[in-house]
Amino acid sequence: MIPFAFYLFAVLITGLFLVAVLSRNVLYAMTSLAAGMVLISGLFFILGADFLGVVQLIVYVGAVMGLYAFAMMFFDVSREVRETRSNPWLVFLLGGGIALMLVVMFAAPIVGDSVKALYPPVAHTTNPQAVGLVLFTKYLLPFEVASVMLLVAMIAGIILAGRKMEISLSAMDEDILPETKENA
Amino acid sequence: MMEVTYLGVIIKAILILAIISAVAGFGTYIERKILAFMQRRLGPMHVGPYGLLQIAADGIKLFTKEDFIPQNANKLIFMIAPIITAATAFIALSAVPVFPDFTIFGIFVPSVASDINIGILFVLGMMAAGLYGPLLAGMSQANKWGLIGAARTAAQFVSYEVVTGLSLLAPIMMVGSLSLIDFNHYNETHAWMVFTQPLAFVLFLIAGFAETNRTPFDLLEHEAEVVAGYATEYSGMRWGMFFIGEYANMITIAVLASIVFLGGYTDLGFIPGWLAIILKIAFMFFLMLWVRASWPHVRPDQFMWLAWKVLMPLAVINVVITGIVIMV
Repeated sequence: MIPFAFYLFAVLITGLFLVAVLSRNVLYAMTSLAAGMVLISGLFFILGADFLGVVQLIVYVGAVMGLYAFAMMFFDVSREVRETRSNPWLVFLLGGGIALMLVVMFAAPIVGDSVKALYPPVAHTTNPQAVGLVLFTKYLLPFEVASVMLLVAMIAGIILAGRKMEISLSAMDEDILPETKENA
Repeated sequence: MMEVTYLGVIIKAILILAIISAVAGFGTYIERKILAFMQRRLGPMHVGPYGLLQIAADGIKLFTKEDFIPQNANKLIFMIAPIITAATAFIALSAVPVFPDFTIFGIFVPSVASDINIGILFVLGMMAAGLYGPLLAGMSQANKWGLIGAARTAAQFVSYEVVTGLSLLAPIMMVGSLSLIDFNHYNETHAWMVFTQPLAFVLFLIAGFAETNRTPFDLLEHEAEVVAGYATEYSGMRWGMFFIGEYANMITIAVLASIVFLGGYTDLGFIPGWLAIILKIAFMFFLMLWVRASWPHVRPDQFMWLAWKVLMPLAVINVVITGIVIMV
């Protein structure tokens, strides 16, 4: 049952991400990317990593794709996107890179057999507890660095977006608004 | 004894689909009746006794109506979008326990279709994925009102989702588990969470109203402003599916609030557990209709102001205070 589920998810994810890359329609690309993200959480569930699967759902499907969708509002979704490929060297390099990556992926099981888990999960812990134990002992420093980085990004975002924040267009008196003056 | 069979899971999945679809249909009738009584009207009266058969009439109308797809719409996405809303709402319900475990014909039946030990996060994650229904519907239909509805969906989503997660974090810290069944066991030995975490309860309710697009926050489809928002171009059963999804989400929020904050399915004095939780869910459902009858809806900028500048800081403070109390 588990190999069947894995191959089903693997084929679907690859197919959906191919659509996301190759499609010229913004809506198709966005929908298939989101669907692929949902199916990746299925892979985590197969591995018994329920917590990571749900985090994948909330963070990637909910938050990240939600922000993508917000950006997509600026495109006309009924029209196809025209891409300009000017540099043939870029195509050559990327194609070569993808071929190399495929070779590495197919060779991975040979190397993977000898890999041992450095921090195997502690017995009798649930999923979130196991993640928490490793995160707050061995990986405390990277965790804190990541949190500081996110804080910096948040403050930068507030500063970039926060100019003229005290002026609210909807709270303004209607005849002060510049557009209505022009119309009148 | 704790054996989970494929057959049992399939039966429970079908039961959830059948019962919740029926309850969603009946919910529309109850909503119209209660709103009518609160506004001193009669509501649906003509079809059947007290208008009870109105549901059947509405169902026949929805099924037989022409399934209309606008000319310039992206047809595939337009057809998929309502299915996403309905499907995610039902998948979220699969991890929600409603009744205590029971034995029928000598077979032990656990109360939840799939008891994953991170139940509460799964439900929230799946409801978060439900955002794509209105979003894709609005963007694919080549209609300005729909696009405004979709933009409001995205804006509303990033606002309330933070509050939902943070408001539930304090109860999760107190229980020390993400399993909804553990939440229920916690209620057996402790006071109801609504008394120990009143602020979290209020925040969760407000975020829940936003999550289900109920009236104070029904920005996505408010008729007076954006015609019908994301559902402008929909008709027939595809339109119906959006609303089955919305009612299923209302039930999910009601069940979550009952289990996390209102004592779940523990016995309540002389009332057995299964009856107690049905009464609680019914009360939460009624509360949503009550609020709809009593309050006007807010503007989008007011809602975002409320979510980011009031609710989120309150939720964070609540989490910090809970943490200090647990540590001391």
